[in-house]
Amino acid sequence: MTWAERWTMIQPWLPQLWEGTLVTLELVGLAVLIGLILAIPLGLGRASRHWYIRAVPYSYIFFFRGTPLILQLFLVYYGLSQFAVVRDSMFWPYLREPYWCALITMTLHTAAYIAEILRGAIQAVPPGEVEAARALGMSRSQALQYIILPRAIRIGLPAYGNEVILMLKASAVVYTVTLMDLMGVVRTINSRTYQFELFFLVAGLIYLTITILFTQVFKLVERWLKIEASRKR
Amino acid sequence: MTIRLSLASVALGLLLGLLGASAKISGNVLLRGAGGFYTSVVRGIPETLWVLMAYFGTVSLMNLLGSYFGNPYLTLSPFLAGTLALGLCFGAYATEVFRGALLSISPGQREAGLALGMSNLRIFWRITLPQLWRVALPGLGNLYLILLKDTALVSLITLEEVLRKAQVAANATREPFTFYFTTALIYLGLTVIIMAALHWFERRANKGYARTEL
Repeated sequence: MTWAERWTMIQPWLPQLWEGTLVTLELVGLAVLIGLILAIPLGLGRASRHWYIRAVPYSYIFFFRGTPLILQLFLVYYGLSQFAVVRDSMFWPYLREPYWCALITMTLHTAAYIAEILRGAIQAVPPGEVEAARALGMSRSQALQYIILPRAIRIGLPAYGNEVILMLKASAVVYTVTLMDLMGVVRTINSRTYQFELFFLVAGLIYLTITILFTQVFKLVERWLKIEASRKR
Repeated sequence: MTIRLSLASVALGLLLGLLGASAKISGNVLLRGAGGFYTSVVRGIPETLWVLMAYFGTVSLMNLLGSYFGNPYLTLSPFLAGTLALGLCFGAYATEVFRGALLSISPGQREAGLALGMSNLRIFWRITLPQLWRVALPGLGNLYLILLKDTALVSLITLEEVLRKAQVAANATREPFTFYFTTALIYLGLTVIIMAALHWFERRANKGYARTEL
């Protein structure tokens, strides 16, 4: 097969591939944003000095980091339908949809990882700075808002960028619940054309391009937040 | 099967990681380029895609290879394809861990070996590797835990590992939650066991070293 022939083979599928890429990007984007919001209370709780506050986020994080995403997805999509309570509840129209199941699972999954990043970042804030804030008469919540969180965000941002890329790659499993993300589109094309190598290569290139784009965007954000200046001197 | 698959992939991955790391810090521009290409391409593409590619994408290649040896229907078994794909991914991440560890060993150690008249291979085996192990262990442990969870992806190419078994059982009994949740507990149990084993290994490897504590 020449390259021209390969191109004519890929061309008719381009709109679907683009659609699939958008679904992937949308899922990952929403998951890491909502996951970040969920992770803030989890991460704060995880960094608490009281064991009974630490226990709940700890078990949540332990479960979601200790099991594969694909298993969690099956648990939500196939597993929940076992219970009549769930099937009769008002959430059922959403929990029946592969899209919502994938989004919920990915969000819960990434929240556990982001919470752990946040905890690491909070604990990496130099204690002297927190003490200085308290000595200046800031309340605990003021110190958290003006000193600890801004510092922790800058410390944790590179790790958050990694997490976004890991989620992008992990999102490739959502096609198993019949969702038409990039991987799902490629699998459909596979079964129509029997061209496995070619379209796997195309999918690989698309994923690689998104990864490189994300890396560049996070580099820009890091520069914008002046991460370098807040590194330890 | 899950455990067997993860161990086979780790063996392949460690080998690839050591080779990749040696390539990445070598003086040869071509080798450095190849190492960099390997890590950035493998790490930029989902593990799922690698697993599917190793199984479905190698069919015509293996048939071609097979026809040379008189067996045109030669294909990779799911286990072999899974090991190749997961080993490849583990190797790419392990390359970075080993590279960091190799750089932490002072060049004086190597030079001392040379001065004693040891061959390059012997220096690597007797001097570099034992020290490398100690530094690289925590990083490799994390990678192994990630790999353990990635083995679930091999159920997509019909290997009878724990998730696949759960799927079959869930379909047969119509009790998906029960079986998937049990599987989750199995994964968590394995994670705890591996973490304990790693802790023991690290203690052993760190005998005689002071640990930096905050």
